Amino acid sequence: MMRVGVIDYGVGNLRSVANALRHVGAEPVVSGDAETLLACERLVFPGVGAFAYGRDALAAKGLDRMVREAADQEIPLLGICVGMQLLFDRSHEFGEHEGLGLIPGDIDAFSPDEGAHPFRLPNVNWLPIAPMPKADGLAGRLLEGVTEHSRFYFVHSYHAPSNNPFAVASAQYVGQPFAAAVAKGSIVATQFHPEKSGPDGLKMLKNFVN
Amino acid sequence: MRVIARLDVKNEWVIKGIQMEGLRKVGDPVEFAKQYYDAGVHEIIFMDAVASLYDRNTLFHIIEAACENVFIPIIIGGGLRSLEDVSSALLAGADKVAINTAAVNNLSLVSQVAGRFGSQCIVGSIEAKRQSDGSWQAYVDNGREPTGLNVLDWVRELEAAGVGEILLTSVDQDGTKRGFDVELFAAVNAITTRPLILSGGYGAPEHLRALSACSQLPNAIAVGSVLHYNRATPADLIALAEGLEGVALAA
Repeated sequence: MMRVGVIDYGVGNLRSVANALRHVGAEPVVSGDAETLLACERLVFPGVGAFAYGRDALAAKGLDRMVREAADQEIPLLGICVGMQLLFDRSHEFGEHEGLGLIPGDIDAFSPDEGAHPFRLPNVNWLPIAPMPKADGLAGRLLEGVTEHSRFYFVHSYHAPSNNPFAVASAQYVGQPFAAAVAKGSIVATQFHPEKSGPDGLKMLKNFVN
Repeated sequence: MRVIARLDVKNEWVIKGIQMEGLRKVGDPVEFAKQYYDAGVHEIIFMDAVASLYDRNTLFHIIEAACENVFIPIIIGGGLRSLEDVSSALLAGADKVAINTAAVNNLSLVSQVAGRFGSQCIVGSIEAKRQSDGSWQAYVDNGREPTGLNVLDWVRELEAAGVGEILLTSVDQDGTKRGFDVELFAAVNAITTRPLILSGGYGAPEHLRALSACSQLPNAIAVGSVLHYNRATPADLIALAEGLEGVALAA
C-alpha cells in the first residue's frame, strides 16, 4: 500500500484528506515531521484560509524547507487550494507575500470585466475544468478521466491566471479564466479540493497514488 | 447553484418540523448523509437543532462517522460558542461552521474564526422572520428568540466581521414545502457580497423557478424535507438548478 504523507502544519481539514486517501487504497501518514514525510512515496500539501497565515504556519514548523527538499528529491507532491498557492512565487492577497517559489508566477485577485454580472467572493462553486493539451507526465496521469461532465469543488478568492506557463487545466469564474491545476516537475497542484469533489475528485486522488 | 442537503439533528436523529416546531424523527444522520452523497448532492449541513449543551460530542461523532464515506464539503452548525468549539468541529471533519447565536452574542467570534481558520470556513447563519411592518428580524434558538436585529443590517455586520457565506433561513417557510420567501431572498440578494445559501420552504420545482425572476440566483439552496420525504432527489434539484442557470446566463 502506498504511503502518502499529508503535511500537517495546522491548516486545513486533514481528516478529510486522510479519509479520501484511504478510500482510494493509499495509506495516509498525517505528520508535521519532515523526516517522516520525506520517507513517504507521495506527499499531499493541503491548505485553506489566508495565504500569509499558511506560509507563516508552514515556516514555523520548518516545513517550508521540507517541501523544497521533497521537490529536490522529486517526491511526487500534490498541492491543494492554498497548498497550491503557497507553491508560487508570491500572492497579492492582503498585500504582497512571498511563497515557496517552486512554481514561477503570482496569485492574483479576480478582476472581471466592468459591467459583468455582479460577482461574489469567495468563489464557492462546483465547476468543470478543461485540461490543456500540454498536460503530460504526472499532470497527464492526474487529469486522466476528467470529462466535460466532471465537476470539482472550488472555494477561493484568489487564483493563478490561466496563462501561467505551468497551468495544465483551466476553469472560469465570472467569465475570468484561471488555473484549475498547475504542474512542474514532480509537483502537481489543484485550486479545487479533490478530496471534497465526490467521485470525480476521488478518481483524481486515485490517479495520483497509482 | 449548489444543492445542499440540510440535516437538522437532535441527539442521534435527523429531525424535521414545520416552522422549526413539532420536530419529528426521520432517520439516522450518518445514513442520510451517505445516501445523499451517493445521490450526488453537493454539500451537507448538519444543524444541531437543539444546540445541545450537554451532548455536543454526539454531533462531532456523527460528523466523524459521516466523513469516512462522504467526500463533499460538510457544514456544521448549532450551538458552537467558542474558538475551541469551532476547532473541534473542524477536527471532526467539518469544512465550515455555521454560526448564529454566538455571532449575535459576540460578533468578534466571527472575526476570530475568520482570522484563525479563514473566511471560507465561517458561514453566517440567519434565521429570518417576517415582521408586521414588512421587514425581517433575525432570530435565534430555532426561530423562537427575537434578537432585535434587522436582517439586512445584520447581513452587513456579518460580512464586515468576515463571514465567507450567508445561510439565510426563512423561519416562516421552513418545513412548509410552500416555497421560499422570495422577497426576503431578493432583499438580501441585493445587498450581499458573499455567496448566499437560501434555506426554508422548498417543496416543488416552481419554488426554484420563482427565484429566477430575481436579478441573481442564490449561490446555493439548502433543502431538507423534500429529500427526507422522497419528494425530490438531489439529481432532480441539480438538473433543475442547472436549467435555471442556463436561462439566467442566456438572459
